[in-house]
Amino acid sequence: MEGIGQIITFYILAGIAVISAILVISLRNLVHCVISLALMMLAIAGLYITLFAEFIAMVQILIYIGAVVVLFLFLIMLTLRLTDKDIKQTNEQKGISFILAGLLLFLLVTVLNRTSWNISPEAVVENTTSKIGNLLLTTYVFPFELISVVLLACLIGAIVIARKDKD
Amino acid sequence: MPEDYLWVALFLGVGVVFVAGGFIANWVARPSHPSDRKSSTYECGELPIGTSWIQFNVRYYLFALIFVIFDVEVVFLFPWAVVFNQLGLFAFVEMVIFIAILAIGLIYAWRKGILKWV
Repeated sequence: MEGIGQIITFYILAGIAVISAILVISLRNLVHCVISLALMMLAIAGLYITLFAEFIAMVQILIYIGAVVVLFLFLIMLTLRLTDKDIKQTNEQKGISFILAGLLLFLLVTVLNRTSWNISPEAVVENTTSKIGNLLLTTYVFPFELISVVLLACLIGAIVIARKDKD
Repeated sequence: MPEDYLWVALFLGVGVVFVAGGFIANWVARPSHPSDRKSSTYECGELPIGTSWIQFNVRYYLFALIFVIFDVEVVFLFPWAVVFNQLGLFAFVEMVIFIAILAIGLIYAWRKGILKWV
């Protein structure tokens, strides 16, 4: 996918991402916001695919849509009775937030203009998933096994914090 | 490589058109005489109480947390499964250790009675 096709794909996916991101911060029903967030994540996964990063795209779908967004939905449906309520997402601080957002935009545009965008001479890596798998299971075995220990700590920590205190 | 995903995009597009087309055709063709009776939820003649958007039991939260951890585990299973053929027994043992360490967490949850619905 090179040239015009890639550019068209980029603009379609970026457009979907930006529109759904705006919906996330403007819709009045929290559940609809979370579903827009999932759509945004999906569009970003598509962008990763156009950049030859299949594995990252898969992780994006699995972790961000499958886990994070589902956790958000769970929290909304479990904790507060917010699901069928209209909630205004704006408050009285519009002026300040416009100034701050403008400053951030200025900063980002400045950084974008000043950065020299070097193009790597390396060829695009095909089949990223198997490359990552190979490295993970040979060169980086120890960090790989360490990940499971970190995940174990997360799991036990989450259980300790979230369960009701009985003893 | 990304070209292969054009089929995914095509599938997605056809799926969206299929559903949206059905709804639009339905909306164009049907007569519209809504009444209270007609627009209420039909469940075998039972009258619905409240909305269908209810507050779920907080117990599900812990299951969601445990799910997220094992979801991350699946992310590491993917690259392992792709290269499993090339690396053989060594990779298998590594993954067994990986899963065994995480299984300790599941056993911990089990022992603490998280998995039991009280």
